[in-house]
Amino acid sequence: MSIKPQISKLSGLLIFASLFLVSDACAAKIGELSETNFSDQFFRFFSFKDPSVRYAILASLLLGTCCGLLGSFIVVRKLSLMGDTLSHAVLPGVALGFLWTMTKDPWAIFIGATIAGLLGTVVVHWIHTTTHIKEDSAMGIVLSGFYAIGICLHTMIQHLPNGNKAGLDKFMFGQAAALSESDLVMIAVVTGVSLLLITLFYKEFLVTSFDNAFASSIGMPAKFFHYQLMLLLAFSVVVGLQAVGIVLVSAMLITPAATAYLLTDRMHRMLILASVFGMMAGIGGAFFSYLGNSLPTGPFMIVSASTLFGLALLFGPRYGIVPRWVRQLNRNSRIQIENTLKAVYQIREKADFKEDGVSLQQLGEQRNLPLSEVKKEVKRLIRERFATLASSDTDMFNQNQKIYFTPSGWENACRIVRNHRLWELYLTKSAQYQPDHVHDDAEEIEHVLGENIVRELERLLDFPTLDPHGKLIPSVIDLKEVQTGQ
Amino acid sequence: MDFIPTFDLHTFITAPWSDGLSGSIWILVMGFLVNAACGLVGNFLILRRMALVGDAISHSLLPGIAVVFLISNSRSTGLMVTGALAAGLASVWLIEFIHKKTRVKQDAALGVTFTTFFAIGVILISVFADQVDLDLECVLYGEIGWIGFEDSWLVMGTEVPIPLLQMGVTFLVVLALVIVFYKELLVTSFDSGLATSLGIPASWIHYGLMMMLSLVIVFSFESVGAILVIAMLIMPGATGALLSDRLPHILTLSVIFGGFYSLAGIHLAEWLNCSIAGAMVVSGFGLFCLIWIASPRRGLLVLSLKRLKQRSSEVSVN
Repeated sequence: MSIKPQISKLSGLLIFASLFLVSDACAAKIGELSETNFSDQFFRFFSFKDPSVRYAILASLLLGTCCGLLGSFIVVRKLSLMGDTLSHAVLPGVALGFLWTMTKDPWAIFIGATIAGLLGTVVVHWIHTTTHIKEDSAMGIVLSGFYAIGICLHTMIQHLPNGNKAGLDKFMFGQAAALSESDLVMIAVVTGVSLLLITLFYKEFLVTSFDNAFASSIGMPAKFFHYQLMLLLAFSVVVGLQAVGIVLVSAMLITPAATAYLLTDRMHRMLILASVFGMMAGIGGAFFSYLGNSLPTGPFMIVSASTLFGLALLFGPRYGIVPRWVRQLNRNSRIQIENTLKAVYQIREKADFKEDGVSLQQLGEQRNLPLSEVKKEVKRLIRERFATLASSDTDMFNQNQKIYFTPSGWENACRIVRNHRLWELYLTKSAQYQPDHVHDDAEEIEHVLGENIVRELERLLDFPTLDPHGKLIPSVIDLKEVQTGQ
Repeated sequence: MDFIPTFDLHTFITAPWSDGLSGSIWILVMGFLVNAACGLVGNFLILRRMALVGDAISHSLLPGIAVVFLISNSRSTGLMVTGALAAGLASVWLIEFIHKKTRVKQDAALGVTFTTFFAIGVILISVFADQVDLDLECVLYGEIGWIGFEDSWLVMGTEVPIPLLQMGVTFLVVLALVIVFYKELLVTSFDSGLATSLGIPASWIHYGLMMMLSLVIVFSFESVGAILVIAMLIMPGATGALLSDRLPHILTLSVIFGGFYSLAGIHLAEWLNCSIAGAMVVSGFGLFCLIWIASPRRGLLVLSLKRLKQRSSEVSVN
């Protein structure tokens, strides 16, 4: 665990260094080459020759890290939509920041936007606490109300003499290629501060995120950390505007973190994964928007992030839909096999274990299945080496064909029957069930009882030999005797 | 500073109407219809705590509309509605799927889904800009000021723009549905257990409401864009809820507020020379804040007065 962040830091430094080692000699502005093919653009992008590309890549990497870190906390705190509200609420601040200096001064816009965003979250809190309006409606009101004020100011600025040159449109959907050096510095500062604060107060952020009441009870200033997180969130949204845009910057917070959440249960791993996914999405967005000559960056970043999310959703090893589906299938087929083994055991038990072979017809009757299904079951048993057939005739699967347990088949059959009967006994003795009510329950649980629980049951029931219906509970030793005793 | 024009009450009131009634009256009616239809549906979203689902659907319609433009190359209303409805319902389904089948919580599922849809829509619009007759400004704040007024139908001797007729029909359909299914909507919103025991198919009502929501948003889309529509959905109902506890009163109030937003928005936009849809929402937000502070029942002023009185009576008892 301790090595991973160092590796990622190291690789980050390498990329950082390589970006500045490449000479400026061949630099060209992005818009200058309109007719180029994919591979040319691809190599231009990854050779880092254009300074604007270098800025865009660096900004995307830093922003991805920052958004991934903070996003992880807002996702586990179920504040995802607060991020969305915050990002829409900054718009009037951007416009006022512009009006303050009448140029696109990054610092003025940064200050204006941060104030507007924080004011938005505070107003949501006020509405929520002083009226009976629910939080989601309060967020809807603030989101759209602030956004509308911003839109009005924005359209008013467009009517000003130099308004069209303001480039405020870039803030809507993002344009990473338009990033200046001071934008980059700001992103770096915010990322650095976030990283520092999260490292310093990791424990506090962790505890307040998962159990606020506990945090307060051990004297942690939970509110303080909540507002600290909100402040960092506002900073990251504001510096992200230029690259991702107002409308979609919240997705940079939510999507990489949600992707990481699908892959791990540990917070520190989630933070690292989310930052990595954030960086990948950032690079993807910068690259695709570069390919298409000044297309908006934000949407491409989000689509890249969502693609990663989709992949994790489908194929994530632990919570992915496909692996879970496969596991379910495996479990079902194991349960089928175990039921067949149990049926063979029961048929033999009825004949006092005098007959070794069990015919397919008997098996069909016991399991209440047509012969065709029984054939499938038997084939499975043979494949798992739990049973063998009497003869390998040409007419293999007629109804009089007999099957025989292999030793491992026998052992497994005994285990299942044993689980079933022990559980029945446990329910009647310890949970006061009636003996005729316990079968169905045991039928389910026999497949999932582990070795430890079986030992526990045995001890609890004082090593029983008969189940509530008077049948023998097989133990491996008993049954070996029965088998050899014949 | 000439950024904000000087305020003159007389010009403020007369300016929108100075060059004849024809232009502004249609914008006024259109605004009212959009606000009222959205407000009616929005009330049930507020009750079900699904306010932000409206936001999600309105963002998700975009790729549907863009794809229809790309394929058919026309502004045929039927196709556009079909595409938008398909995209909207797909997003609702996807949000539920992610929320139910994985460990991702509902808020994050919502956030991931609608931003993805919206991003795809924006990419389609900007990559195929020459083939899609829809610009990003329209997505951001609508074009209520110049909605296809060149196409119009003669209705009772006057020429009525087609988009306005569509919105009018939508409003009437929503109104009729709300009146006819009032009981069902009410019960399922407040107590889904009771609804099921009364034999009301709660999930049908839910999907019906989602359909109605998508329909209203589709027709409002060109007027107010994808983002401001959330205000039209939530603000009238939330403002009404500050004044009354009875749903019929709140529904009536939200229709009245719809008219007010429209009227105030037009005047504000004319004065400040800014986006009309934006100005409508700003006036709605202003009205909300005003009622929030000064409402006679639970306004901030009344609450703080009460608190003061309480404190002074405590002091006098001591």
